[in-house]
Amino acid sequence: MLKRTPLFEAHCRLGARLVEFGGWEMPLIYSGIVEEHHAVRRAAGVFDISHMGDFTATGPGAEAFLDHCLTNDVTRLAVGQGQYTLMCNERGGVIDDLYLFRVKPQEYLLVVNASRIAADWDWLETQVDGSPTNDGFHLRDDSANLAALAVQGPGVVEFIGDLIHGGSMAGTLVADVRELKKNQWGSFVFRGNPLGVARTGYTGEDGFEIVVEAGQAEALFETLLETGAPHGLKPVGLGARDTLRTEMGYPLYGHELAEDITPLEAGLGTFVALDKPDFIGRQALLEQKQRGLERRAIAFRMSARSAPPRPDHRVMDGTGRQSIGRVTSGTQSPSLETGIGLALVDPAHAAIGTPLQISIRDRLFPAEILRKPIYRREPVKPD
Amino acid sequence: MSEIPAGLKYAKSHEWVRVEGDTATIGITDHAQAELTDVVFVELPAKGRQLKAGESCAVVESVKTASDIYSPLSGEVVEVNEAVPENPALVNTEPFGGGWFFKLKLADPGELGALLDAEAYQAQIGG
Repeated sequence: MLKRTPLFEAHCRLGARLVEFGGWEMPLIYSGIVEEHHAVRRAAGVFDISHMGDFTATGPGAEAFLDHCLTNDVTRLAVGQGQYTLMCNERGGVIDDLYLFRVKPQEYLLVVNASRIAADWDWLETQVDGSPTNDGFHLRDDSANLAALAVQGPGVVEFIGDLIHGGSMAGTLVADVRELKKNQWGSFVFRGNPLGVARTGYTGEDGFEIVVEAGQAEALFETLLETGAPHGLKPVGLGARDTLRTEMGYPLYGHELAEDITPLEAGLGTFVALDKPDFIGRQALLEQKQRGLERRAIAFRMSARSAPPRPDHRVMDGTGRQSIGRVTSGTQSPSLETGIGLALVDPAHAAIGTPLQISIRDRLFPAEILRKPIYRREPVKPD
Repeated sequence: MSEIPAGLKYAKSHEWVRVEGDTATIGITDHAQAELTDVVFVELPAKGRQLKAGESCAVVESVKTASDIYSPLSGEVVEVNEAVPENPALVNTEPFGGGWFFKLKLADPGELGALLDAEAYQAQIGG
């Protein structure tokens, strides 16, 4: 039996086509992947991200525990700040990638992947028992009590203030939700109920992610659709969520990240604080860094017309004779109107500009390695 | 609500057939294009290829996924619509018009009897 978010009925009323994702029945498409994609790039889109997991860690020992379990430096987080981080096993493989918010001085929110909620929880529970700082904190799974929406796109600032009135009460203190800066978190009020708002997202566009009690989710979603509609806001499904994040080169767990792929191989070294005295996986990652990588994540773009590259297609060198890796994510880019993808390849063939051949259904098509993001907004011309 | 023109024949695998003399024009239905969503790539069979009824002969890729297209009839490919690989969106915008795939010189017109008429196809897709 697939799990459903509090917005399931609303998705059905909107005529969404549904898909299974990480054990959840989620909207794949409302009006069309390309149309929804362009709405986010040009105006605004709203995504149901209630399937994602929410863990809360509280108490004086929470910071030290999280710093031990996560790769980024938790001690650098001010109250009202968030950071992208990873949770690794002892081999340096990725158990999950997540966003960590310090919502109060001694309270942290971990937003984790839907498909990894159980694995993450089991892992963290095991670490609680074995933690060197095993006291003074409490871990709670709030996934079932919380819902979340992502509202993304250049037009969002035009109407977000009509939805969320007034200043924040906790987290980053601002007089207006639009004053939150990238990665900042604040607590606001929506119709008398608390609401967490972060200036974060998974699309490469400006926007907010809003965490709300499950019972309030539908009212918030409906109000958001109504408030945003005159500004071009559309509901967006997982189809466009995937094309948007792939254009940015953002990893998706199960594709670019897995328990046998390290953050260094995935090109996420900036989120790994190897200078921390200790965290789970540090020794393995240090050794890997000294030894050198055996494979590396790259982004590529097809150089000629082809079918879109897909996960597990072979990546060949420029001559097409030598297999150098595999595609981890691939799709047609609605913004660039060409095939794009992410791949894990031999580091000897991973430099920006390197020509590749992608084997798509037993035929080779030329591609080129690009610097991430694959899609960049064209500079706005003054007129 | 899908368009299902009367006068065409339909395969259960969502191809349509328009017969003129001993030649059949083949494409995919409005229902099929709506299910596939935004078509971004189409590969058609080569002219001169001999196809058997039910044989996989073309590929349609949407943003999300790849789908095989099956020949509803046996025969020789006598013409392919080069406009479709050039402009795959034609499959979405004109599935029964400019989005046709290829023409077959029929090997066995008797096979037409196994195809559905518009009414039967409508019933199949639950429209």
